[in-house]
Amino acid sequence: MAAGSDQKKYKVIGTRPIRPDGADKVTGRAIYGADVQLSGLVHGKILRSPHAHAKIKSVDVSAALQAAGVLAVVTGADFPELKDKIAQLGEGAVNLAYLSGNLLARDKVLYKGHAVAAVAARTANQAEEALKKIRVEYEPLPAVTWVLDAMQDDAPLLHDDIHTDSMGNQSEKPSNISTHLHFETGDVGQGFKQADVVIEREFKTASVHQGYIEPHVATALWNTDGRLKIWTSTQGSFTARQQTAELLQIPVSQVTVVPCEIGGGFGGKISVYLEPVAALLSRKCGRPVKMTMTREACFEATGPTPGSYMRVKIGATKEGKIVAGEAYLAYDAGAYPGGMIGPGCMCVFSCYEFPNAVVDGYDVMLNKPKTQAYRAPGATHAALACETIIDELAEKLKLDPIEFRLMNAAQEGTRRVDGPVYPRVGLIECLEAAKASEHYQSSLKGPNRGRGVAAGFWFNIGLKSAATANVNADGCVTLLEGSTDIGGSRASIAMQLAETLGIAAEDVHPAVVDTDSVGYTDVTGGSRVTFATGMAVYQVGRKIRAQMMERAAELWEVDAASVSEADGVYSSGEHSLPFKELAVKLHEIGGPIVGSASVNPQGSSNGFGVQIADVEVDPETGKVSVLRYTVIQDAGQAIHPSYVEGQMQGGAVQGIGWALNEEYFYGDDGQMKNASFLDYRMPTALDVPMIETIIVEVPNPEHPFGVRGVGETPIVPPVAAMANAVYAATGVRMRDIPMSPPKLWKALAEKESS
Amino acid sequence: MTKKVQVSATVNGETVDFLCEPWQSLLDVLREELHLTGAKEGCNNGNCGACSVLLDGAPVNSCLVLAVEAEGAEITTVEGIAQNGQLHPLQQCFLEGAALQCGICTPGFLVTAKALLDQNPNPTEEQIRFELAGNLCRCTGYDKIIKAVLAAAKNLQEAN
Ligand code: FES
Ligand code: FES
Repeated sequence: MAAGSDQKKYKVIGTRPIRPDGADKVTGRAIYGADVQLSGLVHGKILRSPHAHAKIKSVDVSAALQAAGVLAVVTGADFPELKDKIAQLGEGAVNLAYLSGNLLARDKVLYKGHAVAAVAARTANQAEEALKKIRVEYEPLPAVTWVLDAMQDDAPLLHDDIHTDSMGNQSEKPSNISTHLHFETGDVGQGFKQADVVIEREFKTASVHQGYIEPHVATALWNTDGRLKIWTSTQGSFTARQQTAELLQIPVSQVTVVPCEIGGGFGGKISVYLEPVAALLSRKCGRPVKMTMTREACFEATGPTPGSYMRVKIGATKEGKIVAGEAYLAYDAGAYPGGMIGPGCMCVFSCYEFPNAVVDGYDVMLNKPKTQAYRAPGATHAALACETIIDELAEKLKLDPIEFRLMNAAQEGTRRVDGPVYPRVGLIECLEAAKASEHYQSSLKGPNRGRGVAAGFWFNIGLKSAATANVNADGCVTLLEGSTDIGGSRASIAMQLAETLGIAAEDVHPAVVDTDSVGYTDVTGGSRVTFATGMAVYQVGRKIRAQMMERAAELWEVDAASVSEADGVYSSGEHSLPFKELAVKLHEIGGPIVGSASVNPQGSSNGFGVQIADVEVDPETGKVSVLRYTVIQDAGQAIHPSYVEGQMQGGAVQGIGWALNEEYFYGDDGQMKNASFLDYRMPTALDVPMIETIIVEVPNPEHPFGVRGVGETPIVPPVAAMANAVYAATGVRMRDIPMSPPKLWKALAEKESS
Repeated sequence: MTKKVQVSATVNGETVDFLCEPWQSLLDVLREELHLTGAKEGCNNGNCGACSVLLDGAPVNSCLVLAVEAEGAEITTVEGIAQNGQLHPLQQCFLEGAALQCGICTPGFLVTAKALLDQNPNPTEEQIRFELAGNLCRCTGYDKIIKAVLAAAKNLQEAN
C-alpha cells in the first residue's frame, strides 16, 4: 500500500518487474566471492590472536614456510610503512597505519581474533596446518571491553600515541577516548526551566554484528606485469580498490577490482580485510590466492556495531511541547579510533523540534574488533534513548504517543542540533499514516500484551556515481554500473533508465562491472544507490535522448529543433517512431549511441520512518513474542515497491533481533564467548510474524523522480519500538539492550518483589 | 596422509564418481570437486542452512555431512531444481515475490522449501516457518520468502 502519491505519472516506476539478475540467483549460477575459480588458484588462511590484548614479542614463520604445500607467508612487516599517512576514503579520512594494523597486527594485538600472519598453500587444509607451525610470542596485557570502563583513567591503554581530540584541543595524556564531540543549540538551562516535566534516563546496548550470511572472501592475483586484480564481495569496488592501493602504496590504476555478487553487507563490507593480504601473498607466490573467513572470524574480527552507554534528558511543557534536551553518548569504536559516535550525536534528537539542546559524544577505543557501519550506524542506539523517553513523556502528559510526536515532529525548516535545517521531509506524513493504520486503530487485548511505537531518522547520502549505457541494434539498452547490487538495485537503477527513455524495464539490461569498465562509483551504502546512481542513469538517459533526437532529424531530414520526444516516441511533423524502432535504424544514421554520466549529488535525501510493534511477554520465562509489526516509511518515490518493502521488512527484523537477542558476550578475559550462529542468535523465520509495510511517498525535490534512500531508516526505530511495547505489556522499562529472556525475567521478578 | 576415498552418488539425476578425503564435507566436495557452487557456506557448522541440499529427498546441511556418507545416495542441489530449462514454481514465485535480496540464502531456502512441499503440498504459514527455521536470511525479514512458498504451494496444487 502506498500513500500520498500520484501513482499514474510513471510507466515503469512503481511497477514490480522481475529483477534482471533473478534467474542466476534462483538457479545457483550467480557467482559470489567464494565461487570464483581461477587456473592455478591457491588458498590463503590467517593466524589470529588468542589474546584480547597483548604485545607481540616475536613472530617466527620459518617452520610454516617448510610445511607441506606452503607457497608464501606474510606478516604485518610485509606492509609498507604507513605511519601518519592519511587517505580520503569515500566517506571520510582514514589513518592508513590503523587500517593496515587492523589487517595484520604489528607490535600489539588489540582484540581476540586480530590477524597476525597469513599463509598461502596449495590447499586450504595445508594452509590451516601451516598456521599451527607459526610461533608467536605474546606478552598478554589486561583487556577492557565495556565502554565506561575503557574511559577510566586507569583503564588498559590501547594506543599510547592517541590523545583525546576535544574540538581541536588535544589531551595531554594519551587516552582511549579518541574524540569528544559537542553540539549545542539554544540555551539548554533556560529550556529546562520552561519544562513542566523532565525525564532523564540511562541506557546501555551491547555490540551486535551485521550478520551477513556470506563470510568475507577475496581472491587476488598479482600478475607478472605488476597489475593486481581482485575478485571480491564488497559494497564498493572502487573504495576497495582505493583502500588496497593505499595500503600497498601502489597507484590505483594498477589495481582492478572485480565485484562478485555479494551475500549481504549492511555496512560491514566497506572496509577491506582480506584483499590486501591476499595481494601480498599472491605477489610472493605468483599464483592467484583465495581467502575466505570463517564465521567465527567474522564475529571476532569484523563488524560489529558499537556497544554504548547513553544518558539522555528531555523536558516538555504540560501542553506537550518539547523545550530542551541533553544527551551524553559514549560509543565504543573497537580497537581503532573512528567509530559511529558522529552520526549518533546528530541523530539523537533528529526527529523533533528541540529549541534548546546539547549533545556530548565520546569515541572510545577498547579491545573489540574495529567497529564498522551497520545500517544507519549509531542511530539505532540514539533512537532507543530518545524514543523511550518520548514514550515516557507522552504517558506522563496523558497524550497519545503518536499525537505527542506529531506535536513536536521535525519538518521543513526544523534545525538539527548539529546545524543543518531540514528541507521537505516526510516525518509528519509517516506519523499520520501510522495513526490512521488499521494496525494502530485495532485494539490489542489479552494479558501480558502491549503495543509500542517509535520514530527514526537517517540522513541518506549522495556521493559519487557513474554509469554508461549502450543502445543496441535491437533497441534494447545495455547499462554498465559500478554500484554492487546487494538488494535488487540492478532493478531499481534499470527501471529509472527505462522510465527516462520511455522503454520497458525488460529492455534495459544492467551489468555491475569492474573498476576498469565504468566511472568511479562510491559504495553501496548510506541508502544512496537508488538515489545517486539513479540520478546518474537519469542523466545518461537524457544524453541518449538528445542524441536520438539528432538522429531522428537526420533520418527524416528535418530541423533537429523540430524533433520532440514524449513517452519514448520521437516525432517531428508527420514523422513518428518509438525508441526501439528508431534504435534499429541507428547503424544507417551515424552509428551506435552511447551515453555516460558521472554525478556527485549534494542534495539531501533524508529519510524518516515510524514503526508499530505488538508483543506478548511470557512472565514465566521473559521471552518476548512479536504478535504484529508494521513499518511505515517515507521512500520519496518507490521505484520498485517490492524491494522497498523488502528493505523495510529486513531492517525491522534486524532491529527486532537487536532488541531481543543479539549481543556480543564477553568474558573477563576479554574474549567473545558466542562467536557462532548458534550462540549469537539472529531471528529465524519462526521468531517473527509477517512484517506489514506502508510506503509513504513525499517526493524528494532534489531527485528527478523524487527518490529518497530507504535502506537504513528501517533499523532505527525497532529497538525503541520493542522496548516501548515491552513496557506496555509488563510495566517494566528495559533500558539495557538486548531485552533477552534472562534480563527481562529478572526485571519482571524485581518489579514483582518491589 | 590418509588415502582419498572413491564415492559414487547421483547428483541432480546424474551418476557421478569422485575422490575425496575421508574428512571432507559434502559441501566442500560439491563446491570444490564437482563445481556445483549453488550451495553456499555461511557458517560451516550447521547453523545457517545456506549449504542445504537434499539427501535422498531429505534436507540436510551439507557442511555437516561427510562426503563419504553420500555413497549410493541421491543428492539434489539448487542446480537440480529447475527441470528442462523450466524454473520450479518455487523459483518462479521467489522471483515474482521478490523473496531474495542479496540471494546468498536463496539456494538453501529453495532446497528446504522443495523438501517441504514434496512432503506437504499444502502447508500453513506456521508449518512453513517451522520447516524453514534452520535457514537464516539476514536481508528479507522472511516475509516475502514465506509468501513465495505459500504462492508456490498454491500454484503447484492448481497445476495438479
Ligand atoms: S554452512 Fe552449513 S549450515 Fe551454515
Ligand atoms: S537474501 Fe540476503 S540473506 Fe537472504
